[in-house]
Amino acid sequence: MFYREAGDFKTSYAADGQTFPITFDRWRYFAVVAVAFLAIPFLLNEYLASAVLVPFLIWSIIAIGLNILTGYCGQVSLGTGGFMAVGAYAAYKIMTAVPDLNILVVIFLSGGVTACVGLLFGLPSLRIKGFYLAVATLAAQFFLVWLFNRVPWFYNYSASGQINAPDRTMFGFLITGPNATPEAKYLFCLIIVFAMAWLARNLTRGRLGRSWMAIRDMDIAAEIIGVNPLRAKLSAFAVSSFFVGVGGALFFTVYLGAVEVGEAFGINKSFLALFMIIIGGLGSIFGSFAGAAFIVLLPVLLKNIMVGGLGWPTDIAAHFEFVILGALIIFFLIVEPHGLAALWRTIKEKLRLWPFPH
Amino acid sequence: MRLINLTGLAVAGLMAATPVMADLVFPSLSYRTGPFAASGTPFADGYADYFTLLNERDGGIGGVKVSVPECETGYNTEKGVECYESTKGLGALVYQPLSTGITYQLIPKASADGIPIHSMGYGRTSAANGKVFEWVFNYPGTYWDAASIMVQHAKDQAGGSLEGKTIALLYHNSAYGKEPIRTLEEIAKNEGYSLTLIPVDSPGQEQKSQWLQIRRERPDFVLFWGWGVMNQVAVQEAANIRYPMENFIGVWWSGAEPDVLPAGDGADGYKSVNFTGVGTGFPIFDDIQTHVVDKGLAAGDGSSIGQVQYNRGLYAAMLAAEAALKAQEIHGTAEIDAAMMRDGMEALDVTAARMEELGLPGFAPEVSVTCEQHSGPGIALVQQWNAGEQKWEPVTDFIAADRSVIEPLVAEDSAAYAAENGLEERSCE
Repeated sequence: MFYREAGDFKTSYAADGQTFPITFDRWRYFAVVAVAFLAIPFLLNEYLASAVLVPFLIWSIIAIGLNILTGYCGQVSLGTGGFMAVGAYAAYKIMTAVPDLNILVVIFLSGGVTACVGLLFGLPSLRIKGFYLAVATLAAQFFLVWLFNRVPWFYNYSASGQINAPDRTMFGFLITGPNATPEAKYLFCLIIVFAMAWLARNLTRGRLGRSWMAIRDMDIAAEIIGVNPLRAKLSAFAVSSFFVGVGGALFFTVYLGAVEVGEAFGINKSFLALFMIIIGGLGSIFGSFAGAAFIVLLPVLLKNIMVGGLGWPTDIAAHFEFVILGALIIFFLIVEPHGLAALWRTIKEKLRLWPFPH
Repeated sequence: MRLINLTGLAVAGLMAATPVMADLVFPSLSYRTGPFAASGTPFADGYADYFTLLNERDGGIGGVKVSVPECETGYNTEKGVECYESTKGLGALVYQPLSTGITYQLIPKASADGIPIHSMGYGRTSAANGKVFEWVFNYPGTYWDAASIMVQHAKDQAGGSLEGKTIALLYHNSAYGKEPIRTLEEIAKNEGYSLTLIPVDSPGQEQKSQWLQIRRERPDFVLFWGWGVMNQVAVQEAANIRYPMENFIGVWWSGAEPDVLPAGDGADGYKSVNFTGVGTGFPIFDDIQTHVVDKGLAAGDGSSIGQVQYNRGLYAAMLAAEAALKAQEIHGTAEIDAAMMRDGMEALDVTAARMEELGLPGFAPEVSVTCEQHSGPGIALVQQWNAGEQKWEPVTDFIAADRSVIEPLVAEDSAAYAAENGLEERSCE
C-alpha cells in the first residue's frame, strides 16, 4: 500500500540502480531532506541545536566513517576516538596557523590529515585480521591521545593543555565560537553531513565499495578475482579516517569549542562509535544515522522524561538511563542482530505487501 | 537567511518569556554518579541545603524564593554543555560546575550569554583578571594560590628552606591537574627545589607505576592534585609504600572524608589545604538541623553534613546568596537577572562580621571582590587527617599565597586568552 511498485517502471539501468528505486521511498527521502533543510532551522532553539541535533549530525558522520571500515571492509577498529582527536587537533593547528582560511577548508583539510594518519595505522591490516587488528587500532587510540597530551606543540603551549576554537565565519555568519547562532551551526553541520553521506553512498556502491565488500566477505576469493587487498584495505582506512577526522574537527570546532584530549577523545568514544554501527546496522548508511540517533538522542530523551517530566532525583535517573539503554541494546540485538537498519528493511518489506500479505 | 534570523529571534523570545520569573534560579550542575561522585555528591548536598535553609527560614533571598534545579553531568564536559543549555532558559543567575573541564567549556558560552560563572577555587586561574574575564569569578582563591600555599607549608616543614629538596607533583592528567605546573616551576626558580611531574590518567584508579616511581625516587614532598576516586587510590597507595604522610599534601580538592576513610589508619597524618572550616561546630548547622533535616528536606541521604565537601558546597551557596543580596541592593529590585547578579558578585564584600551574622564565624577568609581582581584574598589553611578521631584538624593558621609570583603569571595567561579571542581589556575605572 505504502510502497507500491505497480506502475513504477524503470526504463534505464540508471533508474534501476538508483538508491531509492521505489517512488514512495524516494519521495519520503526528499521529504526528510526538505524538512531537515527547510523546516528544522525555523524550529531550532539553542538547546535543541547544541545538545541534540548538532551532536547527532556529527556522530552520524563518524558512524558512517567507521561503518565504511568495519561494516563495508570488515576491518575492526577501536581507534575511532584517536582519529577524532587527530581531526580536532589538526583543525586547531590549521585554524591558529592560518587564521584567514575558510572554516570549511579547515574542516576538510583536517579530514585529509586524519586520512594520512589512518593510512599509517592501517598498514598492519595487511598482515593481521580480526581481534588482532582491533588491538593494533586500540594502540592507535592510546598512542594518539597520549601524544596530544604529551607534546605541547599540539596545544600551542597553553598552560592547561586545552585547545579552544577561535571564531570563524562563513558567508559572514559565525560558525564556531560562543556567538555562533544555533541555525548557523546546525546548517553548517547538516550540509557537511548531507555531502558526506551522499559521497559515502556513492563510494560504497561503486567499484571501490565493491572491492571493500569483496575483501570483507572473503579476502582470498577477492584476491583471486583480481581485487588488490593492499589498495582496498588502505583505501578503506584512508576514507574511513577522513570521515572520522571531519567528524572530530566538527566535534571540536562547532560542537564543543574547547576540548581536552583525554576527556573528549578517550576510549569511550571508540566504543560509542562501535556501538552505533553495531546497533544501527553494519554496512548501511542509514544504519549509521539510526545508530547515532539511538546512542546520542535516547539518553537525552530519557533524561528529559525522568528528570524533567517525572521529577526523579538526578542520580537515580542517571543510573536508570544506563539500565534502560543497556536493556534496549540487548533487546534490539536479540530481536534483530543486524541492527536497526535491518529492522527498518523488514518493516519496509512488510509495508510493500500491506494490507495483503501472501 | 534574514528570515531565519527573525524566526530565531521570535523563538528565542518565546523561550525567554515562557518561564515564570518568580524564583531566583541557581542551577546545580552536580555529579552524583561516576568516578567523581564521592567528591561531587556532598558538595551538591551542601549547595542545595543552604538554599533550602534560606527558603525555609528566611523565605528566600530578599523575599524571593530560590530554586535549585539539579542536572547530572557525571563530570563529563558534553553532559555539562547539555545541562548548561537545558537550564539556562530557566533564568539561571550563576553557574558553579565544580569541574575545571566544564568551566573551560562554559567560559566562552556563558560570557556570550551574559551569565556569570563562579568557579570557586578551580577552573581557569587567569580568570582572576576581571579586566579580561568579565563574567568569570574564582574567589576566594585560585589553583596558583593553592600551589603557593602548599609550597610555603612544605618550606616551613623543611625548616625554612627548600634548597636542594625534591618535590613531586602527582596530578590528574587534564586541564585541572596541569594548572599548577607553571606556578610550581616559577616558584622553583626562587626556592631552589627540583620538581618532578607525575601525571595520572583520568579517572585515576590506576596509579601503581606512579607510586613505584615515588618509592624509587623518594621525593621530600609529594604535592597532590586529584579528585574523586583518584584521591582515595592515591592515599591508599601512599600508605602502602609507607610514604611519610605529613609530607604528602593535597590541594583543597584532595582532602575530604571519602578520600581518606577507605585507607583506614594508613591515612593518618595526610594533609591538604582548605579554605573553609571543618565539622559541624558552627551555629548555622543548628538551623540546618531544624529547618532542613528535621523537615525531611535535606538533599541526598543527609549523611555528609559537616564533611569537607559539604561545607564547601554550603560556602559556595552562601557566597552566591550574598552576591544576590548585594545585587538586589545595588539595583534596588528583588527580582534580579544574571547581569545584575554579576554586578553583585563584582561588588561582593563578605566581612568577618557578616560571616558571624550568618552563623559561620571564622568559617572562611573574608572575601572582597573588585572589578579587576576576581580571585579574592587567596588564603587557605592546612588541615591534617586524624584517623583515630576520624576527623580533619587544622594545623596552621590561614596562610596567604605569594601573589607577587602569581600576578605576573595571571597577567600573562589572561593576555594570551584575550589575544587568542580578540578581546579588549575593559577599563575598571
